[in-house]
Amino acid sequence: MPVMSYIQAVTQALREEMQRDEKVFILGEDVGKRGGVFRATDGLYDEFGEDRVLDTPLAESAIAGVGIGAAMYGMRPVAEMQFADFIMPAVNQIISEAAKIRYRSNNDWECPITIRAPYGGGVHGALYHSQSVEAVFANQPGLKIVMPSTPYDVKGLLKAAIRDPDPVLFFEHKRAYRLIKGEVPEDDYTLPIGKADTKREGSDITVITYGLCVNFALQAAEKLAEEGIDAHILDLRTVYPLDKEAIVEAASKTGKVLLVTEDNKEGGIISEVSAIISENCLFDLDSPIKRLAGPDVPAMPYAPTMEKYFMMNPDKVEKAMRELAEF
Amino acid sequence: MGVEKINMPQLGESVTEGTISTWLVQVGDKVNKYDPIAEVMTDKVNAEVPSSFTGVIKELVAQEGDTIEVGELMCYIEVEGGGSVKEEPEQEKTADTPAPKPESEPANEDKKKPAANQDTSNKKRYSPAVMTLAQENDIDLTQVEGSGKGGRITRKDIEKVIADGGTPAKTEPQQTDAPQAEEQAPKSQPAAAVQTQAGDKEIPVTGVRKAIAQNMVKSKTEIPHAWMMVEVDVTDLVEYRNSLKDKFKAEEGYSLTFFAFFVKAVAQALKEFPELNSTWAGDKIIQRKAINLNIAVAKEDQLFVPVIRDADDKSIKGIAKDITDLAMKARNGKLTSADMEGGTFTVNNTGSFGSVQSMGVINHPQAAILQVESIVKKPVIKDGMFAARDMVNLCLSLDHRVLDGLVAGNFLARVKEILEKVSKENTPIY
Repeated sequence: MPVMSYIQAVTQALREEMQRDEKVFILGEDVGKRGGVFRATDGLYDEFGEDRVLDTPLAESAIAGVGIGAAMYGMRPVAEMQFADFIMPAVNQIISEAAKIRYRSNNDWECPITIRAPYGGGVHGALYHSQSVEAVFANQPGLKIVMPSTPYDVKGLLKAAIRDPDPVLFFEHKRAYRLIKGEVPEDDYTLPIGKADTKREGSDITVITYGLCVNFALQAAEKLAEEGIDAHILDLRTVYPLDKEAIVEAASKTGKVLLVTEDNKEGGIISEVSAIISENCLFDLDSPIKRLAGPDVPAMPYAPTMEKYFMMNPDKVEKAMRELAEF
Repeated sequence: MGVEKINMPQLGESVTEGTISTWLVQVGDKVNKYDPIAEVMTDKVNAEVPSSFTGVIKELVAQEGDTIEVGELMCYIEVEGGGSVKEEPEQEKTADTPAPKPESEPANEDKKKPAANQDTSNKKRYSPAVMTLAQENDIDLTQVEGSGKGGRITRKDIEKVIADGGTPAKTEPQQTDAPQAEEQAPKSQPAAAVQTQAGDKEIPVTGVRKAIAQNMVKSKTEIPHAWMMVEVDVTDLVEYRNSLKDKFKAEEGYSLTFFAFFVKAVAQALKEFPELNSTWAGDKIIQRKAINLNIAVAKEDQLFVPVIRDADDKSIKGIAKDITDLAMKARNGKLTSADMEGGTFTVNNTGSFGSVQSMGVINHPQAAILQVESIVKKPVIKDGMFAARDMVNLCLSLDHRVLDGLVAGNFLARVKEILEKVSKENTPIY
């Protein structure tokens, strides 16, 4: 089985889907000739031509709007936001149109668009190139938000997102693009959207997280295993709607739960996870539900020291995991 | 033949336990349903407990002198047909008895064990998971070693105890008598034990005495008492009553007491001042519609406060009759809990033992109590001259949360006015 990077898995999934279904096309800024600023669409312009890999103006509202219109007419667009930070002009299109059209038209219309966007910090990108925006969309029934953590999950979930009959936001951690490598099967497979995945079995503490932080938690768990602390790690994979069953099961398993995100602490995905656990697991809990997250400040700082302070990393996760294990 | 239980019945609204003063049946006696089987003394009344079944008494579980909680077992009776009691009731009972709570002696133990550097501050802090597992598996948490922070017992610690198959030995359930005896002591008991000197006599506090003690403490600690007194000229009342009393006694067979006039006057004034006929209920004040007047009746070391119901509906004669009946019942120990319930205001005839001034303790949860003192012949100034008049003091204790001086003063003034106007012309007896 070939080993590939996170971003190669993105490209692979796009290529396979475009080969499989000619209704699949890509649109976004610099996605064509340039192959994307992160090279996610590298080679696709040459392979599929300018009609299926569209370079668009710098207008995210139009990228989303054109994609939504095409999707409603039966196409399978994959729109790219160059950075998740730039998705804001498209929010109206995504929330008011894409998310609601099925409901609004009484099931007559559907909008099978996939919107990809690199999110997250740790790349010295500061305000406009580091944000985590998932919480903005995570209370909009009609939307699905997928945030994979491994190359294997990227390929399976991106293919599932493209084939999904409803709009899917597909957030890729930009630092994971070349940092994380893993085995990815060459065959055609999809992974279920809406299902969390146990990345590590353990009995002392439960860590529930998503995206790049899954990798940090796994690193920390390996270190802690040497100390005899056995961590159970659940990767949410789809952060909206949440896999409640898996969350309850994982939380109940150890009764000590650490929730990790790189996003600001308050009002985020893990806040909802915490609420689900509170509602369902009271009599299994052995400690307060603990959240480890970015500080509630407006943006990822530019100064390297401050960025380091803001950014999640394996040491922070390890420390929080150890404290919880000792509780 | 089956076996049924007879439990301590509920003998009054706030009664929680009763002491068996006499068993009226013995093992082997045949009893019919509703036959009295025991005399029971409660906080409020002495009552007979009727049998709930027809059958033969099988076993008297409670002994004379035992205090039994309402709903607890008194005796077994053999009945026709299937009973509801399974075999070996004794064992069942022990199993039902809850283990004493282990939380009573936490602090001391911790201090006793210095346990070098070992922080046990969280030893008694149980998570929901730990509590749940301990309950489901009957584990005595005081016996479990905690491996968590501050000695906290973690879920894993409990799971390990369960896996090891051993719940640490549970503390044996104690004899039921001992803890009950402790509970009997009124809450008011001072912390320091009172020393008994040689020759002192110890009188156990039980039954009615205990109830009185508790009620008085409750009233005086909960209710902010205020007090006021008026002096009333009852010369005309005395003259009027004396002119009637012999004839009344001869005709009705009971006495026409002064007290009946006072009770009547109070009932009448309460109708005009419902504020006094009320109860403090925390976030509200409840004004009672019914005017049910408690009167205090003493008997040796006991004090009863039976009720004259709907006193405002009754004539002076009717009230006099009620007073006579209730006093008679109290002296013969025949008061029922129905006679004691539902009072809304209390009138206390302190004058009957010569008192001229007293500060009553409010009959909780009422809002006020009126003490009617002795009628005393006194020289007073009337129409600019000395005159010998029959004077009486009326003393009112009031719940200052419910009432203020103004309304209480107006009420007393009204009672005074009614009493001073008593005469043959405007005060019918019947």
